[in-house]
Parts: sequence; structure tokens; C-alpha cells
Amino acid sequence: MGFYFAQLLTGLANASSLFLIASGLSIIFGVTRIVNFAHGSLYMVGAYLAYTLVSAMDLGAFGFWLGVLVAAAIVGLIGLLIEMTILRRIYHAPELFQLVATFGVLLIFQDATLAIWGAQDLLGPRAPGLDGALRIMGEPIPEYDLALIAIGPLVLLGIWLLFRKTRWGVLVRAATQDREMVAALGVNQAWLFSATFVLGAFLAGLGGALQIPRETVSLQMDLSVIGEAFVIVVIGGMGSVTGAYVAAVLISVLNAFAILIFPQVSIVLPFIVMAIVLTLRPHGLFGAAGSEHGAPTEPEQPLRLMGEKGMMILFAAMAVFALSPVIVGDFTTVLLVDVMVATLFAVSLHFMMGIGGMVSFGHAAYFGIGAYAAAMMVKQLGIGMLPTIFLAPAVAGAGALFFGWFCVRLSGVYLAMLTLAAAQILWGITFQWQQFTGGDDGIVGVWPAGWASSDKVYFYLAFVCCIGGIWFLRRAAHSPFGYTLRGIRDSRTRAEAIGVDSRFHQWMGFTLAGAVAGLAGTIFAFSKGSVFPDSLGIAQSIDGLIMVLLGGIHALAGPILGAGVFVMIEDWVTRLAYWRVIFGIIILVVVLLAPDGIAGGINRLFARIRAVRKGGTA
Amino acid sequence: MNTVLEARNLSKAFGGIQAVDDFSFDLRRGEFLALIGPNGAGKTTCFNMLNGYLKPDRGSVRLQGKELVGIRPRKIWRMGVGRTFQITETFLSMTVLENVQMALISYHRRCFDLFSRATRLYRDRAEQLLELVSMQEHASRACSELAYGDLKRLELAIALAHDPVLLLMDEPTAGMAPSERVALMALTAEIVARQQVSVVFTEHDMDVVFAHAHRILVLNRGELIAEGTGSEIRENPMVQEVYLGGGAVFEAENEAASA
Repeated sequence: MGFYFAQLLTGLANASSLFLIASGLSIIFGVTRIVNFAHGSLYMVGAYLAYTLVSAMDLGAFGFWLGVLVAAAIVGLIGLLIEMTILRRIYHAPELFQLVATFGVLLIFQDATLAIWGAQDLLGPRAPGLDGALRIMGEPIPEYDLALIAIGPLVLLGIWLLFRKTRWGVLVRAATQDREMVAALGVNQAWLFSATFVLGAFLAGLGGALQIPRETVSLQMDLSVIGEAFVIVVIGGMGSVTGAYVAAVLISVLNAFAILIFPQVSIVLPFIVMAIVLTLRPHGLFGAAGSEHGAPTEPEQPLRLMGEKGMMILFAAMAVFALSPVIVGDFTTVLLVDVMVATLFAVSLHFMMGIGGMVSFGHAAYFGIGAYAAAMMVKQLGIGMLPTIFLAPAVAGAGALFFGWFCVRLSGVYLAMLTLAAAQILWGITFQWQQFTGGDDGIVGVWPAGWASSDKVYFYLAFVCCIGGIWFLRRAAHSPFGYTLRGIRDSRTRAEAIGVDSRFHQWMGFTLAGAVAGLAGTIFAFSKGSVFPDSLGIAQSIDGLIMVLLGGIHALAGPILGAGVFVMIEDWVTRLAYWRVIFGIIILVVVLLAPDGIAGGINRLFARIRAVRKGGTA
Repeated sequence: MNTVLEARNLSKAFGGIQAVDDFSFDLRRGEFLALIGPNGAGKTTCFNMLNGYLKPDRGSVRLQGKELVGIRPRKIWRMGVGRTFQITETFLSMTVLENVQMALISYHRRCFDLFSRATRLYRDRAEQLLELVSMQEHASRACSELAYGDLKRLELAIALAHDPVLLLMDEPTAGMAPSERVALMALTAEIVARQQVSVVFTEHDMDVVFAHAHRILVLNRGELIAEGTGSEIRENPMVQEVYLGGGAVFEAENEAASA
């Protein structure tokens, strides 16, 4: 009995730390509608700062708490800086841009932290006066855990008082309900948004700073916490602080008991709970309808079929590309296969997001299923390479069919979060299920059949599959099915009013995009000869998003250009020491200066040339 | 004349409020029927029970003898009911012509076709429909660039794409300039007469109602209080009382008319 009570207390202590980071995330989303991927970085920086401050001051209990608060305050100021320099410019951008921009900030933070504090994990000081353990019902409970259990509800109370009793709090609640209305009433939005972001950042920093006696401070803190924080926010309902607390308690306590029965479950449990909650309550436990969408987007221009000149240029480019292995060395040939795989993956993601209007933060799931299915078919089932190239994407499609059924019931940020959950569940399974997937060691020795083993032959095999896949999806974009998906994206009401079953079509679109991503994963597995859990991790999903964004989401050519440029930049940049900073800056430059991506930039360039020409002849 | 639509004893309550109470009417082929009433009278609730968005608590709606209650909106559309929206709903990222083509593609059950070019399907028919609403010169324009009145006409073309027997128009002229209103409803009336489509529409603009409706139903607090032609409704003292206010202006007008 005592043991179970101890587990409960551990769960509640964890809930408090999770609540601190999740509440900040939720408040920021509620007011600014920004899904802040860099929130985990603020948490991490809070921990590092607290470590430095507390170690440096060495003033006992007073010094510890002062250090924690000062660290949180500094993080609040860093938040202000981020808000004023970056976020302020993208409040009206689609949620995808905001997510990718904040991911750029995350990359910059990773390298900045590395440069300042080094790669070594740091063991934080214990909290003076709370470094012992109390015996409760015979079980030792760390005193610090008890303090945390109290801090969570105290912060919740503080936020509640702030929101109920101050004018500023009333404005925050009003903006969470209806931003436009608050702006129409003459409230200074810039100031309101900045202050909100500072509060959110402060809470994240506080959460991180309070972790130092419990957890080693490391560079992995940001990404490891952000997934869980998203889940908490979504379960509680975007924008709801109470929801965040309830969800944090729910997840942490469930987790504390579930690991007793099935120790591996902790990685996937939050995501499973989220999937269940969202299927039953599409806006989370305390979320309001309509909270799922960011800023409204401008309608895109009608699709145009390519003109004859464009076709000729395209065919010429393809011919040059097809001949390239003859000219360039094997190393470049391998890189070109990477480009094709990335392009196919980006095109499949674009089909789902750009055409289908379903933003996915977890598209890597289907890439990864394709890769793992191929590896397992070849290594464990002894199926040949060619049948595998057909079967593995079908398995990925089946996976997308399964997860898609849940996802298409939602929309906007909630849909995106559920796709992320699906990817994380699969990632957890591949990571944990050692005997089938090899866990962290992956599956190695997945080589193509003998006849296709040379780099040149494999290049042509990949060429046929990838270019074929890209051609197929472009064709589909112009087909009645593609138009139906775009129609549903534009106006679900209108689609239903002309007899279209919008959910069913979206489901099929989701599945198709998943199957094609699986094909990309299959080609990838054979070209690398191995698969690892990374292939369905968050980073792979974000890579896809960056490619689509870099190329321009509103153009069919966007993902093709974006993927090409992305792989080239990545290949060059990752050889450098602080490549994340460079990459983060590139992302921010694209988002802030060229929000319509490369394709949009080229279009604008052509439009300008045409205008100049017309002016010249007239 | 044969009856297209029979609504019988429709009732719907929201919480404690009886939005529509025991409402019945018939609609004949080719008839242009207006549903009017002050705000909160239950017009929209009625409308949504006809097109399947709301399930009535009691009552039935029969389209050419087939029950519509309990059928999904998109199935009702397939049975031959077209609709336009109070605030236009179109596919903004497509051209005007493509919007009409989409309706035809859906009608011909080609939505899962992955290999045809959508823009080449049912072009002629789509162009005909645009001509019907005098939108042919806008065919290749992006829908997002259209003026509001043109969007309304486009919606009409879309609604006519599957040769409906019944057209439901929810406040067709809301948000339009007075001259545009008259033009749109004159166009609708002409199409209705030519194609023998039956129309039920709700409307706030009495000029439009009296100018075009063959018959008018007046709702107040969820109940049908009057029914008749324009002049009958004008004369009806109960309508004047609850709907038009029955104030001094009206009496003055009547006196002026009788003088």
C-alpha cells in the first residue's frame, strides 16, 4: 500500500514539472496561436542558468530559490527577445511557418547552449534543506518531490489569480477566446502578446530550473520534454491552463503506475492517452471548439497545367539528371539518391498538407514504416528486393490507413498533434521492441539484390521509383481526386453540399500520402543498407516540413525544389562544427523574408520580368 | 400540379425553446416559395431540417414521396436537392469554371478518379451552367477575385449542376446591394420558370419577396401564422402586427392607398 502511495506521489511531483512547461505553452498558444517548438529550449536554458547561478552563489537554501527565480526571469527576458525579433513578424503566417520558425530557434538554442555550457551532462546541486527523504507509510519520499507537489498547484493558483483578478489577465482570457475582438476594442496587441510570451517563457524557465535537483542537465532536455509538453497541452485543450494541470496529473500518475506493469510503456503512454482523448473529445478535455486553427490563410491561386515550354525544360532537366551518374562520381550518385528520396518524401507530405490541407507533424511515421517493413521483409522474411519495393509501401499505406482514421476526425493543430502522436508511438515501439526491430541498434545489412548493388544501378532503380512516385502524385494533384481534396480544404461545407464525403476522401488522401512516403522509406532503407528509429523520429518529420516550406507550400514544384536545396544545404552544413546555428538561421531567413519559399520567389521574379517586358514594349 | 415536397408537422426544440412548432407545407413543381418571419422566427431551423443538417424532433419531409428525415445532407443532395448559402461557400483556390466542374465531377461519382485531368471533365456542361447565370466571361478567373454578387451567381450555377428538382436558398441576397438583389432574384426566377425547379428561400428583403415569390409562408415564434400570395400577405393583419410592426407608417400607407 505504502509503495503504491509513493508511486502516486512521484507521479504528482512529475506532474508539477510537466505542468510548468505545458501551462506556458498553452498560454502562449491561447493568445498568440503559435505552437512554440522552442518551448523545450527555454526549459533547457532555464535548467542550465539555474545550474550556473546556484553553483556560483552558494548561499544555501536562500541562494537556491533565488537562483531558480533569477534563472526563470532571465528566460522570460530571452522570451521577450525572441518574441520581439522573430515571432512578432509571423503572427499572421500559417501554423506551419510558425512551427518551422520556432524549430529554427530551437536549433540556434541547441548550439548556443553547447557553446556556453559544453557537451558534458551537468549534475545539479540538491536543494539545500530539502535534500533528505521523508518516510511516508514506510516508503522514503524525497523532500524535494513533496515541495514540487506543492509548487504545481501554487503556480496554478497564481496563474488563476493573475487571470481573474488583474486587467491584464482578463485581456489574456479575452484574447484566448477571440483575438480579433480584443484588437477591435483597441487593446495594444503587440504589448499583450509580448507580455504573454514572457509569462510563458518564465514558466518554462521555472520548470527547467526546478528540475536541476532531480535530473542531470543535458542538451537533450529540449526535445525530450517538448513532445510530452505538446501532448499535455493537447489533452488539456489548447489555451486552457486548468486543462494543462489536469492532463499533467493524468499522464504522470498513469505513467507512475503503468511502468510497474509494463516498464517500456512510458515512451508511448502519453501519446496513446492523447490519441484516445482526441478521438473522444476533438478539442481536448477543456478546449473550446474553434481553438484548433491558427491565423486564416490567404486562398491560393488556381493550379495551372504546365505549358509546352515548361514541359521541355522539365524533360531536359530530367534527361540531364538521368545521365548524371555517368558524369559524376559514385559519391555524388549516392547523394543524388538522397535527393530523390527526400523529394519523394517532401512531395508526399505536400500532397497531404498543400493539397489535402492536413498539416502533419509526424509524416516520418510512414517513411519509417516503409523503411522498417522493407528491412524486416528482406532480413527476417527473406522476401526479394523487388517484391519488397511493392509490399513495404503497402504496409506503410496500411499504417496510414489505421492512424488516418483517427486523424481525419480532427483538424488544424489537433490533427497535426495527433499525427505527431502516431509517429511517436511508432518510434517508441521500434525503440523498445528489441527482438523485432533491433531497438536502438536498428536493422543493418539491408542491401539491394545483387544485380542492383552497384551505386549506378541502384541510382536508376531509385530514379524509376522516386520519379515515378513524384509523377504519380503530381498527376493525382491534377486529377478529380486531387481537386476534391483541395475543395475540402477550401470549404468543407461546400464539399459536403455537392455530395462529397469529406472525411472519407481525406482519409484516403492521408493513406495515399502515407503509402508514397513509405515508398521513399523503402528506397532509403536499401540505399543506406540499414534502418534506425531516427527514420520515424521528430527530426525526420520536421525535415520534411522544412523542405515543403523552403520550396513553397502553394506550388506543386515547391517540395521538389525545397527537397533538392535542403539535402544540398544539409550535406554541406552538417560538416561544420556549429551547423545547427547556421541551419536555424537559414530557416528563419526563409520564413521571415521569403514566406512563399523558393517556388514563390521564382514566381515573383517571373512576374516582375514579365511586367518589365510589358512596360518595355508598350 | 404535382407536389414536389411535403413537410408535415415539423417540430424542433433547443433546450426549452420551441424553435419550430408543428410546421407543415407543400411545394408544387416550379413553385417559388418564400419563407419569411422576423429574427428568431425559426426560418433557419426550418431550412436546416429540410436540407438534413438538423434532425427534427417530430415530423417528416418527403421529396417526391421519399422520406428525407434521417438522411445525411450529401445524400439529400444526391436525391436532387441543391442549396446555396447565406454566406457564400465556394472553392476559393479554383477558377469559376472548376468550381462548377467539381459539382459535376461529384455528381458523376468521379471523385476517386486519380488519372484524369479534372479541368478537362464536363467542361461543356459547366460552361452551359455558367452561361445560364451569365458568368461565362468570368469562367477562367480565380474564385477568390470575384465580387460578392458574382460569387452568389456562381453558387447558383453550382446548385443547378445536378439538375435538382428542389433548390434551397438561405437568404440568397444577404450582403448584396439593392440593385444586385433584384437582378439575382430575377435571374433565379427566370431559371426556375425555364427548368421547372422548385425553390424554397428565406429572405429579409420584402421587395425581393413580394416581387418574385409565388407564395409566401410567414413564421413567427416557430409557428406558421399566414400563407398566401404577396398581396394576401400584405393585407393580412396578423402579419402586419407581428412581422411588419403594424405601426403608424403602415396605416398611413394603407390610407394613402385607399384614398
